[in-house]
Amino acid sequence: MMVGGIVLAYALPIIRPPLITTTGSDFGGVMLTCASFSLVAVGLNIVVGYAGLLDLGYVGFYAVGAYPTGVLTSEHWHWPFLLALPCAIAVTMVTGVILGAPTLRVRGDYLAIVTLGFGEIIRIVTLNTGWLGAAQGIADIPPPPSLGPNPIGTDQDGLFQIPHLAWSGLVPSIDNLHKTPFLVFDVLDAIPYYWLLLTVLLIVLFADFLVKESRVGRAWEATREDEDAAELMGVPTFRYKLLAFALGAAIGGLAGSMLAAGQAGYINPLSFLILLSMLFLAAVIIGGAGNRWGAVFGGFLVAYLPERFRGLSDWRLLIFGVTLMVVVYFRPQGLLPPRRTRRAIQAREEIEQLEGEAVDV
Amino acid sequence: MALRPNLRILAALAAAGLALTACGSSNSSSPTAGGSGGSCGNFKIAYMGPLTGSAGALGQNMVGGVKMALDAYNKKNADCQVTLKTYDSQGDPKQAPPLATEIIQDPSIVALIGPGFSGESDATGKTFFAAGLPSISPSATAVDITQQGWTTWHRIIGNDSAQGAADATYLKNTANAKKVFVIDDGSAYGKGLATVVKDGLGSSVTGSDTVQTGQTDFSATVTKVTSSGADSVFYGGYYPEAGLLVKQLRQAGYKGLFMSGDGSEDPKFVSTAGASAANGAVLTAPAGPAPSSFNQTYKQVNGSDSGLYSTQSYDATNIVLAAIDAGKTSHTDMNDFINSYTASGVSGPIAFDKFGDVQQTTIFAYKVKNGQLDTANPSPIS
Amino acid sequence: MDFSFLFNNFIELTITGLALGAIYGLVALGYTMVYGVLQLINFAHSEVFMFGTFAVAWVMVFIHGTGQVDQSLWTSIGLLGICLVAAMGTSALIALLLERVAYRPLIKKGAPKLIILISAIGASFSLAEFMGLRDKVAAWFGLEDNLSDYVNQARNTYSSPITVDPHGLFTVVNYRVTDVDLFVIGAAVLMMAGLDTFVRRTRLGRGIRSVAQDPESAALMGVNSTAVIRATFLIGGLMAGVAATLYMIRIGTTRQDAGFLLGVKAFTAAVLGGIGNLRGALLGGLVLGVAQNWGSAVFGSQWQDVVAFVLLVVILLVRPTGILGESLGKARA
Repeated sequence: MMVGGIVLAYALPIIRPPLITTTGSDFGGVMLTCASFSLVAVGLNIVVGYAGLLDLGYVGFYAVGAYPTGVLTSEHWHWPFLLALPCAIAVTMVTGVILGAPTLRVRGDYLAIVTLGFGEIIRIVTLNTGWLGAAQGIADIPPPPSLGPNPIGTDQDGLFQIPHLAWSGLVPSIDNLHKTPFLVFDVLDAIPYYWLLLTVLLIVLFADFLVKESRVGRAWEATREDEDAAELMGVPTFRYKLLAFALGAAIGGLAGSMLAAGQAGYINPLSFLILLSMLFLAAVIIGGAGNRWGAVFGGFLVAYLPERFRGLSDWRLLIFGVTLMVVVYFRPQGLLPPRRTRRAIQAREEIEQLEGEAVDV
Repeated sequence: MALRPNLRILAALAAAGLALTACGSSNSSSPTAGGSGGSCGNFKIAYMGPLTGSAGALGQNMVGGVKMALDAYNKKNADCQVTLKTYDSQGDPKQAPPLATEIIQDPSIVALIGPGFSGESDATGKTFFAAGLPSISPSATAVDITQQGWTTWHRIIGNDSAQGAADATYLKNTANAKKVFVIDDGSAYGKGLATVVKDGLGSSVTGSDTVQTGQTDFSATVTKVTSSGADSVFYGGYYPEAGLLVKQLRQAGYKGLFMSGDGSEDPKFVSTAGASAANGAVLTAPAGPAPSSFNQTYKQVNGSDSGLYSTQSYDATNIVLAAIDAGKTSHTDMNDFINSYTASGVSGPIAFDKFGDVQQTTIFAYKVKNGQLDTANPSPIS
Repeated sequence: MDFSFLFNNFIELTITGLALGAIYGLVALGYTMVYGVLQLINFAHSEVFMFGTFAVAWVMVFIHGTGQVDQSLWTSIGLLGICLVAAMGTSALIALLLERVAYRPLIKKGAPKLIILISAIGASFSLAEFMGLRDKVAAWFGLEDNLSDYVNQARNTYSSPITVDPHGLFTVVNYRVTDVDLFVIGAAVLMMAGLDTFVRRTRLGRGIRSVAQDPESAALMGVNSTAVIRATFLIGGLMAGVAATLYMIRIGTTRQDAGFLLGVKAFTAAVLGGIGNLRGALLGGLVLGVAQNWGSAVFGSQWQDVVAFVLLVVILLVRPTGILGESLGKARA
């Protein structure tokens, strides 16, 4: 079933199912944005969901992944993307450690405001530093290498071409006017970028699974539930919190790097506002903090819904705000809570039943 | 047990979602006429730029201008109307590419008015160029956009180098400024303009500072200006900051000239600064005065006053409408039409050079007098 | 890096920085009180402030009309008094609405703090967007023409028609200190002193301190924690209303996102001074305002926000509980 779901995910922008397709914006491009948000949410989930650290400035890591990629591949040097990508991730990890080392020792709520400040510092630095492109941003960032011959926009590019499906009502037909070449990365079609990002997301999810099931994951769980008890039991909580921070930063940097080498090949400071940090955090919480699939789903929702309902674009942010409040009241554990939360809620309800009244712990 | 209320809520949300899909699938555009005329192309013009978010006000000025032009055209062509399809990018270069891809895949869209901002222009220029869709931007002024070789990209507003050079000339010759303090807001537009002005002024520049868009307290900058003994201040940026800056300068006792570019040339500059602080300010723009009827008609169609970029988007739309009238609706035909178009619009004389920049360009200096921005009698700068 | 400029204009930069910081401090009082009592970051407090600024502008337009005029502080004092009442009332109302809708239901459910923070973020967006959509909302009720002076062009800047002209009073070294400077700084100090006295001397104030120190014991001692929480939000709102009035006197223009960055800075100020500490909130605000100006003088104004945040990190490293230490719940307020 999971394999079926994954195949469906890859095929979605080709199939363009009627109710799900976004009409105001390119569906492939929207799916790319969703995949990007999901990847970021998975990274933030490590910090917020697994380790229980409140990070309000995650967009900073997103930017720290994107900018070195742009600088290395376009602004000052001309490295190929696949070489710049690991460098960008490394820079982001180091940044995560530098930020985390002094601030993870202070109280949780202070961490929130410090990370918020960090996000803003990164944005202001990129905005006002000529070497980083300043307000003009960095353009002409090369895409990942393509497979197959490359006469873009014709019927011969790529190894083979995949036609999209067009629908009239509920009847599909093959749309030969719109085809996606496999596998050519250029400015006209977002779908190959989406496939690449989806693949990266699946790899990261698998790595996340391995880390979470290991001793590291258990240390995070102990730290999150009761830090003092964990310390007493011999868990070096500070080191593991720093590791969570660094891994979360690395994933954010990875997502940022892929953003830079995306369809537009362009980044500028306006893409990294505080608003984005809030959206990422909302994605993790609404999806279900502590559950990697919850993070994926939350990232998808937060990116998809505003695009799907573009007809209401004036009201987008207002609806977002109200939805946050409503969802968080009726289902604070998120839409896909992790197993431990579901067990805890079930246990509480069983106790309520037995005792006949709400138990306030 | 506990699951049922949640299931109910999810079902309600799903039902609401499905109901909303009806809203989602309609365009935010004026109604299309049914294809009653046999050969009516039912063409659309797209607008891409900020409509919500902090830059939403500027985008709404632009859409207002487009709607005004469409309203006049559709009254004359009631059986074959042209409709507007708006794409709100919030000025964010991340949101723009999927919108651009969507626009190029819609065969009924003949041209794009936009993109609104320089950043999103840079992000989508290659896409539009590869698809061959012609565009006319009423507001993206960064110089580098027209240097990319995108022959379908045009802008109907003078770019920063023409305006900046004229501003420097004005300061040197007309204002006889000896010590100019140059301030910019760090944005692509503001910094670009201020840099050109600084280059033009050379040694007359007595100091410079960079503030940020959204900033409201400029006390440090004000102190720098007053202590430098400057006799003129040039600000590259937009009216919210320009208005507050001149207000705080005057309150600190600064008596010299305050000059800024077209980003500040908006009536809101005066209301932000306060009438007495705004008096005497010189605001330049690469556009001559719009006829007084412009604002009246704008208000009739849109319900609010016109503002920055309204005249530019109005003129840009009329170029596209003229092309549609002449039957030039394919991408290449439309592009050729735009490239060879010459006329006099409300925003100034229109003719595009081979890079997509508008050729003219006389830069006009508008002055604030008696608490009003005098939009009727600007003086051209030579 | 221009240190000579800083030294030559030290007084001017410092006093204008204090005036800027006074407003941060008053807003910070709201953050610090809610945090002290509930250990919650009241993310939407910035919109409480923003609504206050609009109240000031609307009252001015209502009484005076939209024609622009310049007046001195003295001649405006009556009108400003009315605006102050309107702003305090509006901000307090929004604060109470926030408490009732966004916080209380979740607190009663015992929701974790992260969840309540998300609700606050949602409330913040909702309030700011509502203000940015007021023209459309007015159009629903058909009131857009009657109210056009108040709701037109909702996403644009909105200015008060009356400009308060500062008058120089006396000179310190090379800077002429103005009446507006003194008024703003004085008002903030006065408000803080009043609030401090209130918290230390009145019954409700003692209730606030006891809930901050230990909510369960306070409940056992008969303190009505719901009333205390409500009062905390109310007081925060009142302070934000004062800040909004001072802001409109000094700056004069607002918009629907005017609260956001100021709110972040104000919360930074609260943490800087010692979260939960009332004097710390004002001190943090003043320090932040001055540091921003000094930083702008030395590094350039584009770095003023970076200076603010770097200062925060440094203080938290050197003195994690803030300059004056946390204290709402402790014996010495």
